[in-house]
Amino acid sequence: MPSAGLLLQALASGVFLGALYGLIGLGVGLGWGLLRQINLSHFAWVFLSAYITYELKTRLGVDPLISLLFLVPLFGLLGMAVQALLARFAITPFNSLLVTFGITVSVEALLQWIWSADFRRMASFYDEHKFRLGSVVVTYSEALTMGMALLAVGLAWWMLHRTDMGKSVRASAEDPAIATAFGIHAKRLAIWVAGFCAALAACAGVCVALTFTLAPSQIFAWVGVVFAVVMVGRLGSALTPLIGGLVIGISESMTMALIAPTWAPLVAFTVLILILLLRRGDE
Amino acid sequence: MQKRPFLKALGSSLLLSSTPTWLHAQNKPIRVGSTLSLTGPLAGTAVMHKISGEIFIEQLNKRGGLLGRQVEWVVKDDQSKPDLARTLYEQLISGDQVDLLMGPYATANSLAAMGVAQRNGKVLITNSFGIPSLAKYDMHFPAYVMGIDPGTTVPNTLLDSIAASGAKPQSVAMVTSKFPSVVFLSVGAREVFKKRGLREALWLEWEFGNREFGPIASRLKEANADMVWIGSIGAESMQLLEAMNKIDYKPKIHFHVYPTPGPLTKSPLAANALTLTTFEQHAPFTNNPAYAEAIKMYNERAAKANLPDTVFELQAANAFTGWQFLEAGVKGSGSLEDSKIAAWLKKNHVDTIIGKVRLDGPNNYGDDLNRIKQLQGGKWLVIHPKEVAFPGSKMMF
Repeated sequence: MPSAGLLLQALASGVFLGALYGLIGLGVGLGWGLLRQINLSHFAWVFLSAYITYELKTRLGVDPLISLLFLVPLFGLLGMAVQALLARFAITPFNSLLVTFGITVSVEALLQWIWSADFRRMASFYDEHKFRLGSVVVTYSEALTMGMALLAVGLAWWMLHRTDMGKSVRASAEDPAIATAFGIHAKRLAIWVAGFCAALAACAGVCVALTFTLAPSQIFAWVGVVFAVVMVGRLGSALTPLIGGLVIGISESMTMALIAPTWAPLVAFTVLILILLLRRGDE
Repeated sequence: MQKRPFLKALGSSLLLSSTPTWLHAQNKPIRVGSTLSLTGPLAGTAVMHKISGEIFIEQLNKRGGLLGRQVEWVVKDDQSKPDLARTLYEQLISGDQVDLLMGPYATANSLAAMGVAQRNGKVLITNSFGIPSLAKYDMHFPAYVMGIDPGTTVPNTLLDSIAASGAKPQSVAMVTSKFPSVVFLSVGAREVFKKRGLREALWLEWEFGNREFGPIASRLKEANADMVWIGSIGAESMQLLEAMNKIDYKPKIHFHVYPTPGPLTKSPLAANALTLTTFEQHAPFTNNPAYAEAIKMYNERAAKANLPDTVFELQAANAFTGWQFLEAGVKGSGSLEDSKIAAWLKKNHVDTIIGKVRLDGPNNYGDDLNRIKQLQGGKWLVIHPKEVAFPGSKMMF
């Protein structure tokens, strides 16, 4: 029988991994639900942000949290520019998948050209220091990831539910024609939403750099599980990606601790299938 | 008066056009075709093979090439995909019409290339084929010189090196990636450890590409074995070491199968890590001055390519050895005919950067030249066997 210490530590690992899934999934889910775009380039922005964080820290000694001050506006503008381009050519949801896949492949090549395909690991204060919650060890980087995920979810929820702009975005996603009739400028709002999603990718990138070993090809390793997180939650929702992330993160981690690590990748998709089946039953 | 230059030119052109085709062919460079994983998950290591190969070709051409002809390397990107490697090798033979082949990087791609080489009767030299029992093609020659049964010889070498240090581990915890050549070695080691009386405290497998190592580290800590076997490839070793460090667990003896050396070299967490090698950039491996320039060039180019570890070691040495096989085979047989090159390689020993190599055993494998190295003070030092160990080195705990 595994000890209580092992189970608690595995649970904690799942919670923190799930928070990161949720943070990445939030950006993907908002774009998908509110803009009707399956934005694969979100994963590319996450890793581009992670590599820039790594570079700033290793070359210039910039603290990853300080680099957020620069990365969030930069990626916000980048997301807005890409959205403006997609809108200019009236890209359909399916074509957005192809276009953003192309962007992702290009970014992967760019990362490989600049940083080579070899693995990179950023040493930081946040990963080297840890604290204990009972018998559970938590690194500062994990706590930071959790904090950032909660902050991002809270901010997204507040914006969508408590601001006029957020209400307009939801209305536009619900029925674009009626929203336009009420004077809502859907294209302009879409640019702001895309900017917000890309800014979230920048935050997630910092968390990835803090916790994981980087390699350009890793971009695609996150796609499957994050899509599962997004689908477990609900598209366009601020809260459910984090819940989906936690469900999948904890399930994966407990499977590793109790059964075998080799079963863990199946868990995300088994959970997804079960939830989709149960939801179908609800309808 | 004006007729003479015209007649001269006419004469020259007639002479040229009547030159036999074999003479033209002799002036053309010999083209060697291969693929490498220049992109994709294996690119981090394959780039070392590319740099090493380019240096070898440059030096070979400086000393006159092969059979009096310069050598040109046609290298294509297989994107770390075996199916693409297969297609590209077909293309190299039928489209590019290369004279000779050189193998790709990693076991799966090598196996894909082997099928094409066999169908076309071409010699295939691979420099990183990890499952010797699968190399059935009689004109395949392995430059990763690991013997026919590394699943037995490698764990025995490891246990011998530990025994030589005076340590007597009673139990082993084994965790391994399911990457084919890695799990193959781990399964072999499992049997050897049982036979040599070690108690198996844990056996776990994970899928290649796994991101989360926290629970695996927790289970290793709970198993609390005297020795940990980490069947890793690429960045997996570093990821597991970080996860173990997080929960304040550091095994006394930890062996890693195929880690990417760069990140480990730079991390204090990897101190005293053990792994395999056939060559390290220190004495006595570097005693032969003939290789000094190649090693220096590699260090410079690896730095220029922004590799985290610029040292000439296992990967670069295996790639270099592969090219040495090809040079020896062509020069020894005096021919570009694949069957003659293969026959020569089977009958003769080849002097290489990793030592004298024989290719006359089952599946053209000879001895296992794997040695055990350990990360000590930020440097990889060979510690076993004694005759090739870094002078004065011993296993650290």
